[in-house]
Amino acid sequence: MTQTPPNDESRPTRTGMRLIVPLQGVVQGRGGILLGSLIPCALFYFLQFYLKRNRSPPPPNPPPSRSASSSDLPRSSSRPNLLSRGASNGRVQLSARANHVAKANESPYYIGLDRVREDAYDELTNPDGVIQLGLAENRLSLDLIEERLSKNLADLMSGAGGPPGLRGIATYQPFDGLLEFKMAMADFMTEAMGNEVSFDPLKMVLTSGGTPALEILSFCLADPGNAFLVPAPYYPGFDRDLKWRTGVELIPVHCRSCDNFALSTTALEQAFNQARKRGQKVRGILISNPSNPVGNMLNPYDILDFARERNIHIISDEIFAGSTYGNEKFVSMAEIVDSEDAFKDRVHIVYGLSKDLCIPGFRVGVIYSFNENVLKASKKLTRFSSVSTPTQQILAPMLSDKRFIQEYINTNRQRIRSMYDLVVSGLKELGLECTESSGGLYCWVDMSKLISPYNEKGELDLWDKLLNTAKINVTPGSACHCIEPGWFRFCFTTLRVNEVPLVMERIRKVVEICKPSV
Amino acid sequence: MAIKPLTQPSSASSAAISLSKIAVSNTHGEDSPYFAGWKAYDENPYDESSNPSGVIQMGLAENQVSFDLLEKYLEKNSSDPTSSGRVSSFRENALFQDYHGLLSFRKAMASFMEQIRGGRAKFDPERIVITAGATAANELLTFILADPGDALLVPTPYYPGFDRDLRWRTGVHIVPIHCDSSNAFEITPSALDSAYSDAESRGLRVRGVLITNPSNPLGATVKRAVLEHVLDFGALKNIHLVSDEIYSGSAFSDREFVSIAEVLEARGGRGSERCHIVYSLSKDLGLPGFRVGTIYSYNDAVVTTARRMSSFTLISSQTQQLLATMLSDEEFTAGYIETNRERLRRRYRMIVDELGRAGIECLKGNAGLFCWMNLSPFLKDETVEEELALWECILREVKLNISPGVSCHCAEPGWFRVCFANMSEQTLQVALARIHDFVERRRGNQ
Repeated sequence: MTQTPPNDESRPTRTGMRLIVPLQGVVQGRGGILLGSLIPCALFYFLQFYLKRNRSPPPPNPPPSRSASSSDLPRSSSRPNLLSRGASNGRVQLSARANHVAKANESPYYIGLDRVREDAYDELTNPDGVIQLGLAENRLSLDLIEERLSKNLADLMSGAGGPPGLRGIATYQPFDGLLEFKMAMADFMTEAMGNEVSFDPLKMVLTSGGTPALEILSFCLADPGNAFLVPAPYYPGFDRDLKWRTGVELIPVHCRSCDNFALSTTALEQAFNQARKRGQKVRGILISNPSNPVGNMLNPYDILDFARERNIHIISDEIFAGSTYGNEKFVSMAEIVDSEDAFKDRVHIVYGLSKDLCIPGFRVGVIYSFNENVLKASKKLTRFSSVSTPTQQILAPMLSDKRFIQEYINTNRQRIRSMYDLVVSGLKELGLECTESSGGLYCWVDMSKLISPYNEKGELDLWDKLLNTAKINVTPGSACHCIEPGWFRFCFTTLRVNEVPLVMERIRKVVEICKPSV
Repeated sequence: MAIKPLTQPSSASSAAISLSKIAVSNTHGEDSPYFAGWKAYDENPYDESSNPSGVIQMGLAENQVSFDLLEKYLEKNSSDPTSSGRVSSFRENALFQDYHGLLSFRKAMASFMEQIRGGRAKFDPERIVITAGATAANELLTFILADPGDALLVPTPYYPGFDRDLRWRTGVHIVPIHCDSSNAFEITPSALDSAYSDAESRGLRVRGVLITNPSNPLGATVKRAVLEHVLDFGALKNIHLVSDEIYSGSAFSDREFVSIAEVLEARGGRGSERCHIVYSLSKDLGLPGFRVGTIYSYNDAVVTTARRMSSFTLISSQTQQLLATMLSDEEFTAGYIETNRERLRRRYRMIVDELGRAGIECLKGNAGLFCWMNLSPFLKDETVEEELALWECILREVKLNISPGVSCHCAEPGWFRVCFANMSEQTLQVALARIHDFVERRRGNQ
């Protein structure tokens, strides 16, 4: 819901807007700290502008009196209530859902992330800490974003380009995102996905990250007890995002190394038929493209044909679309869906800025759907997970800067490629092969020769050695529901180039321990 | 790229595809008059110069009376907005997606919440879970405390959005605790008991009570004695208590607001593991677009679980950083809280006095951004139909969007919520004049 800005009384009596130049920020000039203080300045600037549009003229101020000084009260403890007569002595219960969530961190994926949090490697302060290779986060090109945002903010501060380009900010924000920001996102998505299709801002609902986007679609497309087919191995977070609160099931469709982990239509059909025999209703297929954890490109035509035959939905998680570096070209679902095709109502895309733009902290995700009813429901549901307005304001100008985005995407690709080559060749020297991947921020490594026995237990033993002996956090295939034991996902975009030899050295130690005797 | 010809659509694919029950249901309650009035406003919004006969929005509980204080703060502090602590570098912020939330932000929120309560309760930053707004906080808590088919007891009248926030995706029922004007809509022990029995007789398992304090739409704080009783009731039945204290900073006087946190401290923490507080900056600071909410729980398992589930609803790291700086400036926040209270009290007096002159009574209020107005003397019959007819008349003829009590599930027809803080004083005067004229006309016609 939007509101027009209130009436004339709300405009300041002085003409124009006083521009506050953050002197400290400009003078300091050191990259991170500069932007670290400039961005709050910019937010303050936006906040000022926003307030000026909306405030009422100030009534006479009574002198503010101090509120009561805080006395040092004892902190309340959580002792169970055992005292009142007639009171229940049992501890109060949480829901079954909550109890399930409380157990969630048993997956090696999450355990590894926790370990890094507790004991993170730092070259200077903690050289024996755990090196993070378990989080698909891109730090390689953050400097470009920082520089561009910094320039953007400096322009704003100096008044070049006028007040923030966004139209008058309504007091009440549309929860699914400001139209101006959607337009900027549409521009960015078009560029990031190779300029083959033009994205339509009106088909977007913004969410606070890719995580809620997936969950909202799951709530919209399936009822509790229904299922989605998912090519496996798949991103461990899907078990949380699509299942936790929705009651929906995920049915893995196993892909194999002999096919280079490509998705086979036979396997899809088998999985669908078996579900039907079990009486389980399949509502859709969830794909990630480029895929996580393998880094393959999927053929969207195959998916479309399969889904059309069975009249089910497609959720295409394309969050790594701009992070491609291989020979295969990325083709978005949006590209192959004809606007005339009635089937477009089944196609829904998830995207976000966490991977391609390196800014997971800003919490920007997108549901892109061709289905009006899904958009309507999602717009209401994103109330629970909406994007912060100041964040939209900060990012919009950068996202619409075609030239910058083009250069950024290209440079980012090159950097990912370089790091991929470095890591893959390093692993090769250790006798470890990777699949040939084309996208994503990770490589998919075959360590099956090192595990004993050749099963999930053997794999987890190796994972444990890697985590606790070698002190590197990688994700074992079992956490990704991979049917073949011994595969691991190594995320390499959190590394610095000079850290690669150290990583290889640490892995070498474990390889030596685990190598089968000749 | 070669275009692959599409296969011939089979008859199956030409059938319409179905969505989930949640997607097509109207459990969200957004078809109620509360939301319909907004449409009328959107189509014909009031503007003092360009559209003086447009609809004045009095159905939106938003706080615009203290924007200038925020402005002044920014002007004073823009040259060094990060003076109060260590600045995270851009890199750290851009990558920060830890569901624990920034420690500096949690500390600042805890301190702000303490200030609002005049230091009568302490808040531990480690018990603060961040969410993108109070809407998300209430829903998250419901997911954690109740299973599908369970029930929460909620006193009526209540915020219309609860139908959506507590029920839609969670599958949980709201069973009303009926309150009425005979005792200023306070929760009575018998009403609480009745609601519990009502739920039981419907085969619903009650998991908790959710109160809003200060209350929306009543605009009044909940008395200490009532809080004590609800706590005891919770202990007796071994159920949870959620206290939505989103308007705590909008109580007109610090002394009149008693938080559940204070009552728990006075009891030495007895029973606190059942208690959870919801807060947000959307009302007190007037920044709904920032999407900042919190759950404060005294229950460790709830904190852990809520934190993990908050992955679906995190606050932008940049927003956390900005607010951490602002809210940890205790001199600013103390002054802001005090002044904001004073201004809201003034507004309330203004509207209640004017309405009184027109012969309209309001519930005695002491908090919030709205007053609870009694128009039952103007109803032909005390029925919901008459109330809605009157609401429609006020919307179309008087061009005011106010919220009818039926959308708040009020048991008595004729009550309306009127928001007064989302407009200038001039606009408020125009609205009050319109009401005055309307009442005169009505009297004349009788």
